[in-house]
Amino acid sequence: MTAQLEGLLRSAFPEATEVRVTDRTGGGDHFLVEVTSPRFDDLPLLEQHRLVNAALAEPFAAGTIHEMRIKTRGTS
Amino acid sequence: MSEDLQQRIKSVIDTAPVALFMKGTPQFVMCGNSERALQALRGAGAPVTTVDILPDPEIRRELSAISGWPTIPQVFIKGELVGGADITEELADSGELERRLADALGDDYREAASQRVVSVLVAA
Repeated sequence: MTAQLEGLLRSAFPEATEVRVTDRTGGGDHFLVEVTSPRFDDLPLLEQHRLVNAALAEPFAAGTIHEMRIKTRGTS
Repeated sequence: MSEDLQQRIKSVIDTAPVALFMKGTPQFVMCGNSERALQALRGAGAPVTTVDILPDPEIRRELSAISGWPTIPQVFIKGELVGGADITEELADSGELERRLADALGDDYREAASQRVVSVLVAA
């Protein structure tokens, strides 16, 4: 699951300087998702998270992810 | 029925100075993320109106349709979506949350009515 999420993020953010997905509990349903991208420069936090949510909409809709924490960073 | 529910949700979003849609109530928080958002708002001194989304799955569906935000909790300041627990916590840590509250509600926002719990369901 971690690799699947990471793959989705990498294709949604090909320009990202960092994509990291951490399985917080080891149970495959609580994740920390970190993305660092120049696309986030000057983009409001809400919109940054919207982009990440959109990239992971499919596995999220499948209902197997119980909790996802998101940390986005710009590069500037 | 669902249209009425949508109207009642919109009404809370539009009229509450700060609205928190959460799992459970401030007395019985049913989810760690809802707790994080609530604590971040309390820490900033926000006058929070909370809505429990658990009593009916329709509440969450209608709310997400309105906000375009997929997860719970959801925080609104004066009708505007702030985000979920991560964003609210991040904004609280940087001091930005207090700035936004003061901008939207006035510098004396801490003196506004304290915590309220409301329902979007019609009383049986």
